[in-house]
Amino acid sequence: MPRVDRIAEPWGTRTPYGPGEEWPTRVDQHLADGVGEDDVDRWVQAASILHSNGDAMDVAVKDGRIVGVRGRAVDRVNRGRLDPKDLYGWQANGSRERLTRPLVRRDGRLVETDWDTAMDLVVRRTRELLDERGPGSIGFYNTGQLFLEDYYTLGLIAHGGIGTIHVDGNTRLCTATAAAALKESFASDGQPGSYADIDSADVICLYGHNMAETQVVTWTRVLDRLAGPNPPRVVCVDPRETPVARAATVHLAPRPGTNVALMNGLLHEIVRNGWIDREYLDAHVVGFDELAERVAEYPPDVVAGICDVPADRIREAARVIGTAERLLSTVLQGFYQSHQATAAAVQVNNVHLVRGMLGRPGCGILQMNGQPTAENTREAGADGDLPAFRNWSNDAHVEDLARIWNVDPAHIPHYAPPTHVMQQLRYLEEGSIRMFWVICTNPAVSLPELARIRSILSQERLFLVVQDIFLTETAQLADVVLPAATWGEKTGTFTNADRTVHLTEKAVDPPGEARPDMDILIDFANRLGLQDKDGAPLVKWSDYEGAFEAWKECSRGRPCDYTGITYDKLRGGSGIQWPCTDEAPEGTERLYADGRFFADPEYCESYGRDLLTGAPLDPDEYRAMNPSGKAVIKAAEYLPPHEEPSVEYPFALITGRTLYQFHTRTKTGRAPQLQAAAREVWVEMSPGDADRLRAREGDLLEVTTPRGRVRARLRISGIRDGVVFLPFHYGYWDAPGRRGRAANELTPTDWDAASKQPIFKTAAARVRRVRWSRRGRSAAPTTTASAPARGGVPPTRGGPAAEVQETLPAAGGPR
Amino acid sequence: MNLGLALEELHRSENHLAHQLLAVAERHEADHELFHLGRDLARWSQDHVRRLAPFGPRYGVDLDPEPAGEPRLVARLYEAVSDRLGRRSAPALLLLRDLRSLHLAAVGVSVDWEMVAQAAQGLEDTELLALARRCHPETLRQARWANSRIKESATQVLVTG
Repeated sequence: MPRVDRIAEPWGTRTPYGPGEEWPTRVDQHLADGVGEDDVDRWVQAASILHSNGDAMDVAVKDGRIVGVRGRAVDRVNRGRLDPKDLYGWQANGSRERLTRPLVRRDGRLVETDWDTAMDLVVRRTRELLDERGPGSIGFYNTGQLFLEDYYTLGLIAHGGIGTIHVDGNTRLCTATAAAALKESFASDGQPGSYADIDSADVICLYGHNMAETQVVTWTRVLDRLAGPNPPRVVCVDPRETPVARAATVHLAPRPGTNVALMNGLLHEIVRNGWIDREYLDAHVVGFDELAERVAEYPPDVVAGICDVPADRIREAARVIGTAERLLSTVLQGFYQSHQATAAAVQVNNVHLVRGMLGRPGCGILQMNGQPTAENTREAGADGDLPAFRNWSNDAHVEDLARIWNVDPAHIPHYAPPTHVMQQLRYLEEGSIRMFWVICTNPAVSLPELARIRSILSQERLFLVVQDIFLTETAQLADVVLPAATWGEKTGTFTNADRTVHLTEKAVDPPGEARPDMDILIDFANRLGLQDKDGAPLVKWSDYEGAFEAWKECSRGRPCDYTGITYDKLRGGSGIQWPCTDEAPEGTERLYADGRFFADPEYCESYGRDLLTGAPLDPDEYRAMNPSGKAVIKAAEYLPPHEEPSVEYPFALITGRTLYQFHTRTKTGRAPQLQAAAREVWVEMSPGDADRLRAREGDLLEVTTPRGRVRARLRISGIRDGVVFLPFHYGYWDAPGRRGRAANELTPTDWDAASKQPIFKTAAARVRRVRWSRRGRSAAPTTTASAPARGGVPPTRGGPAAEVQETLPAAGGPR
Repeated sequence: MNLGLALEELHRSENHLAHQLLAVAERHEADHELFHLGRDLARWSQDHVRRLAPFGPRYGVDLDPEPAGEPRLVARLYEAVSDRLGRRSAPALLLLRDLRSLHLAAVGVSVDWEMVAQAAQGLEDTELLALARRCHPETLRQARWANSRIKESATQVLVTG
């Protein structure tokens, strides 16, 4: 049984396999120092909460405390493997810095209080605002890290109870474009593909998706294919030399903000060479002619000029994609957080539609998520959409929801699209939203242009409620802080990026008086006296399983149909992919088999938006365009980014993540092995740019944009010339008094008009060297996209504390 | 034949719409989506002005291919005011008024394109008809956008503002 330092080797030991074979198991286990398997009192089933992959695990409990984790070999998603964030991240649950009592602001300071005092304050302010200014004065901003049951309850209370249209999740920052792109192409959210498509694909394209760091275990699956017989070819689009780029057959590193031009160039070649499936297009798709006309304007020579990518490499990539027999594409933040986000992501869908490659093994689209439960935020309506992919511009859907909730249809706000978080901030800034309830997210570090965010959240007239497990930078600004329970401390379900639903059970008690999020919300609804139209309490359940059963009814007959799933069915075995019904009791591996879509005008979730202006289509426009519910091809023209490098700001600035940290490090920063692997912010530049600046590894640089400045040590990496990279994880909770550490001091306030996702990958910046480093090094990991381009940097290691036991399949036994 | 007059009117109304989009964008700089989209969408009208100009001589009118200048001093003043008023609700009412006039201006341009397209069909001027087919959808998108922004903003401004 090998023991592997999984900080030094994040993807662990290879278990090679060939096309069409089953991915072998490999069980990863990490226990606290000094704890052996025999010491563990019990193992409790769970799934990962620190990324979107949905890795199934068992949590080890000893003396009422979590002491380790082990991957679940039986699960379809990970077959026993775990991401380093899960192997070490559980330690944060036991941190002494956890919030254990409610806090309220008195004389400018947050002081401890009891639940009655805190909740009465929240309820009183809610009541005052509803009386004086109406539901439009209250906004909710939640997360991609609660459970399905929490979201569904939140959506009911906000939409059906309070009646506010201002509900969004921080999924706006990570997955809004995935949802928007799916709604544009298929008229409904819902992941078409499956991770299992990796097992049989012969070409895998990763568009702005550093899967090696964001979905570590699924990248392990790709690595195992690459190490086996008949490996797939890989196409990578990324301005950085990521581990994906290093494994790629073709790597395209476009200038930031030019993805639509690049995609149009690839589609130009695919159409021109006739690598299209005419029969599929005729039978199942509308809009191809418009696309053919549009991409005719983007021959590789033109695109090469826009993207600064060699024309021959565009042709080569197009040939790989165009001649694929089983094509799998994945998309993430390099597209979603960049200029023209939805338009670019939709072109990836278009590649599959013109090639007729959907709904069969190896032929899939994975429009990815960043967060563990982002899929549920979208399904259950906590991103502002109506639950179970109901269409807010279809009155029949609103009436149906009102029937389920037993409220008046007019009380469910559907007169306009839900207010996305950046617009909510505008309303906060103007003063029309006066109460803002932030649940399990940290906008004071994660939103763009932080000076503006801090100033908005610090307003005297604003009543800020923060519900979290640590005193985050945002919580420090709050009027009331509510201590929540987290993963491992409550039982519920959540769903990963390939529609796999997992149960995660309570292993230990929450610390102090901390309470599960749903309990807090229901307590609020009851104290406020929220009722259905017959005067009964609005929320009809009081525990998570009750909420799940209610959600199942809400999902019945919709694309995300959960009616065939129960908690008991999820116990013991593998996670299950929705839709799961009486007809498909084991779940559904792929959507859109045989070219059947959820796009019928009476059934679909969305009539779509104008890709450039974001204006929603009217029902009649959609009916005229797509009367029989086919897939929709939408073309897009390339527009230059809103902020391009200039003489004053000559670099393009992009922000991103590293394998070892998650979000604003509230958990991963409190796990010693993870924190040590990437303990401090750094800045990446190419060797050429560093030489021109006469800067070396470890020198302290200052990066400036019109919004602010950040100081960070230099890592000379394989990033393309003209681009600088900053990881966005580093805020101020562990660096009190410090300024200029968070990447979002620099980012612009701008978003994609169709998905409303903020843009973090198109800003102009200048860079200067503040001081030489004698022997200092940047804290950038050497194992990842931030690997040094030049020697002399000691490798990232975790040491004995990071050793993980990997159990491989017995040699010669069945794989 | 009066088509020349209609082309002149279309040329004027496109120029006016471009100007108005830019002016509204600058006036509401604190409303970031409006700021960026106003400028993006003004490009379409400027592009239409350039494409329309060569058809002038054919129908006896002189159309300047250069779009009218961007708003400068007055708009800059508004911009400064916008920043300072960003925290007050008065600009929200102003926003609705501006979106209303943008919508009406775009609808006006749309009607102008329809008239020109009708005339082009009568005259069998396939080039002019092709131009209308190319440009008119963009005008409709401009109008729909302004209308959608009104729908999104009206409740908040009128009820809660």
